[in-house]
Amino acid sequence: MSAILRAEGVCKYFGGLKAVEAVDMEIAQGDIFGIIGPNGAGKTTFFNVCTGIYAPTQGRIYLGDEDISGLSPDKVAARGMARTFQNIQLFKYLTVRDNVKIGFHLHAKTRLWDAVLHTETYRKDEKLINEESEAILDRVGLSRYSGTMAGMLPYGVQRRVEIARALALEPRLLLLDEPAAGMNPQETMELAEFIRTLNADGYTIVLIEHDMRFVMNTCNRILVLNFGKKICEGTPDTVRADRNVHEAYFGKGLIAGEAVKKRA
Amino acid sequence: MKQAVYGLAGPVKKYGPLVLLGIFLLLPLLITKTYILGLLCRVLMYATLAGSLNVINGYSGQMCIGHAGFFCIGSYVEAILATRFGISFWLLLPLAGAVAALMGLMVALPTLKMRGVYLAIITLGFSEIIRLIALNWTEVTGGAMGIKNIPVPQLGGLEFSNARTYYYIFLGVAALFLFVTRRVVRSRIGRAWMSIREDQLAARSLGVNTPAYKAVNFMYGAFWAGIVGAAYAPYARFIDSTIYSLDEGFNILSMVIVGGSGTLMGPLAGSVVINALTELLRPIGQWRMVAYGVLIIVMMWFRPQGLIGASDSVLAGRDIKAKKQKAKEDAK
Repeated sequence: MSAILRAEGVCKYFGGLKAVEAVDMEIAQGDIFGIIGPNGAGKTTFFNVCTGIYAPTQGRIYLGDEDISGLSPDKVAARGMARTFQNIQLFKYLTVRDNVKIGFHLHAKTRLWDAVLHTETYRKDEKLINEESEAILDRVGLSRYSGTMAGMLPYGVQRRVEIARALALEPRLLLLDEPAAGMNPQETMELAEFIRTLNADGYTIVLIEHDMRFVMNTCNRILVLNFGKKICEGTPDTVRADRNVHEAYFGKGLIAGEAVKKRA
Repeated sequence: MKQAVYGLAGPVKKYGPLVLLGIFLLLPLLITKTYILGLLCRVLMYATLAGSLNVINGYSGQMCIGHAGFFCIGSYVEAILATRFGISFWLLLPLAGAVAALMGLMVALPTLKMRGVYLAIITLGFSEIIRLIALNWTEVTGGAMGIKNIPVPQLGGLEFSNARTYYYIFLGVAALFLFVTRRVVRSRIGRAWMSIREDQLAARSLGVNTPAYKAVNFMYGAFWAGIVGAAYAPYARFIDSTIYSLDEGFNILSMVIVGGSGTLMGPLAGSVVINALTELLRPIGQWRMVAYGVLIIVMMWFRPQGLIGASDSVLAGRDIKAKKQKAKEDAK
């Protein structure tokens, strides 16, 4: 399978702080790829570099064959990468339906005069947007909330709205930043199910997550970051067994298993 | 009971604008006092002016407080070209709008990376610069003497020389503005503006080219302010720089706030209230500024979404939508 997203030696420094240091990554088309690491490991910064919010200090990012390093977020989005945010960034005072409609921005061609004169382009765009946004809401199971203001919804539902909005872009690649954060176990399970469904529908998914069970169960491959550096990459089993990963999470020295053995 | 009220929302939204337009069309036939007609002219003029500011402040969430500057440009473009070259008013109307829009772009370009209070200060400075140019560029603008004898518009032998006839020009501009703006804000462009207001980062990540849309938004607001300026000059017959002070900018802003920013009809309501207050409070002279201040503070306390802050308002969100939703759920 060919790589859909590839990072080559990506670095992002904030002054003297090396938030992301020489990270290589390759995500295959059709994969569910997880990025984990302790707090402050640079996961979100790495995401932000991938989606164009920051330009990498060094290194390159390729989407398919195209070099997208340093492109602005709207250009990255136009090339088929959609994302959600760690601290939900919905359009709070707009309805769920309007939130999703804005996601179709790139698929519409309406210009100012089209809107004023209600030209053919405008009518076609609005028809498409209305139909498609209803379809997406239906699919994500949010139809009953479509007229509600997004900011008023419970947290777990807001996360779903954000995913629905990202889906409106019809992206090739979907980046989810801590999609299960703040969800109860039931919601997390449903989310995992939903992500697998999306994946089965052909979306390649990259996610950052702290819930280990969630990551281990959903992702096919996992990248582990610590202090901005890649410390491990591989299947859930590889990562689970990796000594560096244990050290990053539990500290150096005696880790759980050995401590028990020693005491015995 | 509540549901009955919500049930009305549909028809009101659908036919309300037409009914309102009908009422406004008939008003001059019912009113004989020129004084009241003059007041109505002002109401309509400010409704458009406040509406054009609302497109910037209310819909894309940028902060322009120097709107008087664009108003000023429109007026001077009309006055200068009409008095010197005798160009037709009807041609100057869109031209003045275009010039104001161009200035809007010039203000917007360096400020695209700024938001909130920084942008506000720049627009404030811009407004003052425009006023000072109008005051000091004597050869062109007449300086402190202003421009006199601005020719009145004519249309097929009809002269718009008094408040009774001029009323219809202001009404036409206001109606056209509301019609066009309603269509724009309910399209992809309007949604992009609102997404910028709500969350710029998210908007960009969804592919909205935020700098371009902010610039277009600024130009759109400035365009209509310029048109209103051009419509105002022949009405006043005389303009000078004192009309376009910062106070004027704040006056327009207060109409947006009182009426309800982020709503189409809010600025109209704001214009009615503020202009009526101005007349009612004339006896207390400059103290009426205090009254405005108190009004704005009271509004912020009790109705931050403004008078017309309804379901499509920014700030109304929590309150009204919650009630609406609840009513819906009760119905189920």
